[in-house]
Amino acid sequence: MSNEKTSETQLEYMQKHRRHHRLIRRARLALLLCFLILWEFCADYGIIDSFFFSSPSRVADCFVSMVRDRSLFLHIGVTLTETVVSFLLVTLLSLLAATLLWYSKKLSEILEPYLVVLNSLPKSALAPLLIVWLGTGIPTIIVAGISVAVFGAVISLYTGFLQVDAEKLLLIDTLGGRKRDRFFKVVLPACVPILLSNMKVNVGLALVGVIIGEFLAARRGLGYLIIYGSQVFQLNMLITSILILCAIAMILYQIIQGIEHWYRKKR
Amino acid sequence: MTTDLLKVEDLSFSYHNLSGETAALSHLSFSVKKGEFLAIVGPSGCGKSTILSLLAGLLTPEEGGITFYGKNGRKPGIGYMLQRDQLFEWRSIWKNVTLGLEIQHKLTPENKKKVEKMLEDYGLSDFAKKRPSELSGGMRQRAALIRTLALEPEILLLDEPFSALDYQTRLTVSADIARIIRSAEKTAILITHDLSEAISLSDRILVLSGRPAHVKAQVSIRLTLPDDSPLAARKAPEYTDYFNHLWEELSDEQ
Repeated sequence: MSNEKTSETQLEYMQKHRRHHRLIRRARLALLLCFLILWEFCADYGIIDSFFFSSPSRVADCFVSMVRDRSLFLHIGVTLTETVVSFLLVTLLSLLAATLLWYSKKLSEILEPYLVVLNSLPKSALAPLLIVWLGTGIPTIIVAGISVAVFGAVISLYTGFLQVDAEKLLLIDTLGGRKRDRFFKVVLPACVPILLSNMKVNVGLALVGVIIGEFLAARRGLGYLIIYGSQVFQLNMLITSILILCAIAMILYQIIQGIEHWYRKKR
Repeated sequence: MTTDLLKVEDLSFSYHNLSGETAALSHLSFSVKKGEFLAIVGPSGCGKSTILSLLAGLLTPEEGGITFYGKNGRKPGIGYMLQRDQLFEWRSIWKNVTLGLEIQHKLTPENKKKVEKMLEDYGLSDFAKKRPSELSGGMRQRAALIRTLALEPEILLLDEPFSALDYQTRLTVSADIARIIRSAEKTAILITHDLSEAISLSDRILVLSGRPAHVKAQVSIRLTLPDDSPLAARKAPEYTDYFNHLWEELSDEQ
């Protein structure tokens, strides 16, 4: 704002803006509360069978008891570690692979059909194979997490690399730069926003892969809890695990969005 | 005594793709003297930019050749200004103008001082830490010029560097940049499709034919300038004659 005193209309505008956001926040919270209350009510009055559908109070009890015996922290810790490790590996591997493809047009043309096939393959089909190869345990689950996210990540990152303005690359040539300069001075910095938005997708997909892996090959983790809960008809445990998964997915997403905001402010 | 700095002889070049080849230049010959400001005009798509790419060594001639007569027989340094400024938004203005030095590993304290001096001379020193988006179109174009001049080229290739600017900015910035280039005693080759820009900035104009391009006419420009405003050349008594002459040469082509 250039003038010292903020004008009446500007104040009004800002107030309107704040009001709008407050409304959205409240509506979101109200929606959640309505859902929980309706759920609890239906369960308490027998409209739905609380054995199958559980209820917020039962979920809360289950949560508290799992916190008490500390088993919950173990399961959350395992799932979180696996997800974060496979997410980091996906980010690293996709960056390396996309760089390699960018450096060699021939290689990218040769590999293109294979990448497309691997990307569209339902990765859950690989999980049983991974168990045979790697056994049951954390490495299998991390590989499952990577397999879900990595191919799409390579393709979208590489596509982003190719969309860099050709005249910017020409500029590097006119300044006497080599291919390495094209990559490190233009392509990579220009693609940081794409890399970050890619990471948001990857963290979700890594979580999907990890849960698939835990369904099939784990003795610990939220995926295991979900499968175990369904097998012993502990629906409270199952639904608690799902809700915790929701929270984890949201927190991971928010962390990366935070990084994105920080980056945008920095530039 | 002015001497030739570069000579283009019998230069031909074609672009190839699967549906056939497109001849861009055919037996093109011209020379440029040291310190001269040459403008090249021609119908659109006649291969003007190809000439600059060949001169800059970004493309290799298929036939004919380009000879440079630099100091001690060495190839003179060549600076290239593109149509748009291409300042990188992820770098500050300072980091942008020193990009060429950075790439060529010439970021010495001495060179940095020269760049600082240029920023000061061209009124950009207050903006060194700013991002390109915070600058006006004219300032951005000046920053792009500093980036080019930082490598101390003897020859400047200008590929319609003003075409992305609005008309008013364009007049002042082009006059500004021409003055900077002249005062630095650089040799310049300007590509443009704007006849009045060519007349007001250059010493000599090369008119190219349609594709494949060859030199159709050469016009030396001498203007009696009433003052040194950006509009001065357009007010010179000779301006209209030159304009009409060039217009006719070009109209034959279309």
